[in-house]
Amino acid sequence: MFSPAKRSWLKVLAFAAVAALAACGKEEPPKPAAPAAADAKAPAPPAEPFKAAWMYVGPVGDAGWTFAHDQGRKAVEAELGAKVKTTFVEKVPEGADAERVIRDLAAQGNKIIFATSFGFMEPMLKVAAEFPNVKFEHATGYKTAPNMRIYDAKFYEDAFLAGVIAGHTSKTGTLGFVASFPIPEVLRNINAFTLGAQSVNPKIKTRVVWVNTWFDPPKESEAAQSLINGGADVLLQNTDSTAVLQTAEKNGKFAFGWDSDMSGFAPKAHLGSAIVDWSNYYKKAVKDAMEGTWKTERTVWGVKEGQNDLVKIADGVPEEAKKKVAEIKAGMKAGTFEVFTGPVVDTDGKERLAKDAKADQEWKDKVDFYVRGVEGKVPTGK
Amino acid sequence: MNEIALLIAATIAAGTPLVLAGLGLLINEKAGVLNLGAEGMMLVAAIAGFAAAFHSGNQWIAFGAGAAAGMILAAGFGVLVIWLNTNQYATGLALSLFGFGFSAFVGVEYVGKKLGEHVQYAVPFLADLPFLGPALFKQHPLAYVAMALAAALAWFLYRSRQGLVLRSIGESPDSAHSLGYGVRWIRLAAVVAGGALCGVAGAFLSVVYAPLWVEGLTAGRGWIALALTPFATWRPARVLLGAYLFGGVTMLQFSLQGAGVQIASQFLSMLPYLATIVVLALISRNPAWIRINMPASLGKPFHPSS
Repeated sequence: MFSPAKRSWLKVLAFAAVAALAACGKEEPPKPAAPAAADAKAPAPPAEPFKAAWMYVGPVGDAGWTFAHDQGRKAVEAELGAKVKTTFVEKVPEGADAERVIRDLAAQGNKIIFATSFGFMEPMLKVAAEFPNVKFEHATGYKTAPNMRIYDAKFYEDAFLAGVIAGHTSKTGTLGFVASFPIPEVLRNINAFTLGAQSVNPKIKTRVVWVNTWFDPPKESEAAQSLINGGADVLLQNTDSTAVLQTAEKNGKFAFGWDSDMSGFAPKAHLGSAIVDWSNYYKKAVKDAMEGTWKTERTVWGVKEGQNDLVKIADGVPEEAKKKVAEIKAGMKAGTFEVFTGPVVDTDGKERLAKDAKADQEWKDKVDFYVRGVEGKVPTGK
Repeated sequence: MNEIALLIAATIAAGTPLVLAGLGLLINEKAGVLNLGAEGMMLVAAIAGFAAAFHSGNQWIAFGAGAAAGMILAAGFGVLVIWLNTNQYATGLALSLFGFGFSAFVGVEYVGKKLGEHVQYAVPFLADLPFLGPALFKQHPLAYVAMALAAALAWFLYRSRQGLVLRSIGESPDSAHSLGYGVRWIRLAAVVAGGALCGVAGAFLSVVYAPLWVEGLTAGRGWIALALTPFATWRPARVLLGAYLFGGVTMLQFSLQGAGVQIASQFLSMLPYLATIVVLALISRNPAWIRINMPASLGKPFHPSS
């Protein structure tokens, strides 16, 4: 098609283009180092800011899980100001990509890295072994290392409080739950929601639909719709978007916000938002790392430490429900109220907690069953 | 009984975007052009529609914006593939990737925004019928448009002269060209029409179905529509069937889970895809049928010989 002369010119052109692209590619890594170097060269004190990084599984704009983490990050910036420099990477898929991102963040000079999803556990463990001087923090996991520790929140306390309100509100006696993956955290929430509702109305039933994703609004919407079609009139979720709440609104039913205040999305359907506030923990963690008091441990905070709460309870909720919620919250803050207090019986009739026994952390970590009242069986695998 | 009626209603709602996109793709595939960029077009249309709905408060403007976005992208694709004869598969894939990234980029500020109050639709008298009312007559108008479109397209393709010309271009562009038809212009028109329908489907997802914007909102529905069309052997009625089958099994598997049926949820998630493939493959297994209905020049570039 092209004459030999033209062909060799084309080859030269192609080679030049590829070389230019490769050169552009190589320029990037030095750039992050340059500002850090510039910081170090700045007049002696102030010392270079402590670099902290956050890795998110979803978009900051999800108004849910990731949004809440980012609010925590911003709180750290607000409190520590120029002493800290924070960055974040959003929408990192759990898996091989996660490992690459964590390694990147560590290589860029971040001294503490937070990974905010269960599926980041293995990638973080791997990278932690390669960077012994960097502190790694993993949310909602269970594996640690000398320089990697875990933190979590007591979402089941929020779920229980929501359950109490749902028990007072539900007219059909059937609740719905849009669930992501069958891991202990999610099963705890389903059970807590059911137990909370059953403390008001022992005949409450809960139907569960598994969507096998943390965040997929159309799917969450479909799942919510099918729960409503099946008779549920109060919904809870542990997925990260506002779709479930909006579907409830569309159908004239009720639901709760999850992970952040979603009251603005569904004025009629919203009963309350189960929120998580990571700012106290993030401030503590960053300070620990800055001051050298960081050690491997597991921190699970809840309503007592201000990390969890059920907020924006709707005006339409009956007074006695509001009173009960306030009472239970007071008990949680005082450390006297435990959500998982026996008797707790599972769907096969087996007793999982004896009467008046309070569940310990190990029991809670191993939840792999539904309490009586939840329909169906727990899907195997995760 | 009521639950079945609700399931039917949910099926129609879930299937509508697939019907619209599938029919759009059918049009351009019948003309011989394979547009793998359906997912990208749907995503860009979804954000265009969402933005339009957010700023104007009117969903019909949003559908128009979605259609326009689809048409623009399809036109670009059409010029590349029809005049410059770039490889249709590669160009389509590039369009999909572009659409995904572009929509995510443009849509950043719309994540977490909400549209106005939801409107409930009901056909005046028919919606009050005992079982059929909730099952069939409480849909969004676009659902009925989609059904009518399938019928109209079947009529157009098989009973009208223009449809015959379109099909002949898909079968043998060289013969059509020698008869004096503007093959390339007609193909462009088909591609743009397909883009418009994919656009409306995308806007429907973000403005009515979800309704919110987040990147990757369509979650593969463009690819599903692309797969539907050949499995339905390029016949509008079968595209309709396949789309509703897919939507129906999706909603059914959620219902089954909610009812506590003891099948692994991961298997149930797979069921819609499996069911659609199996059913469509079974009803279309006659090789003669496939030969008759598949556009012979699908995916092949056309060089006018004079």
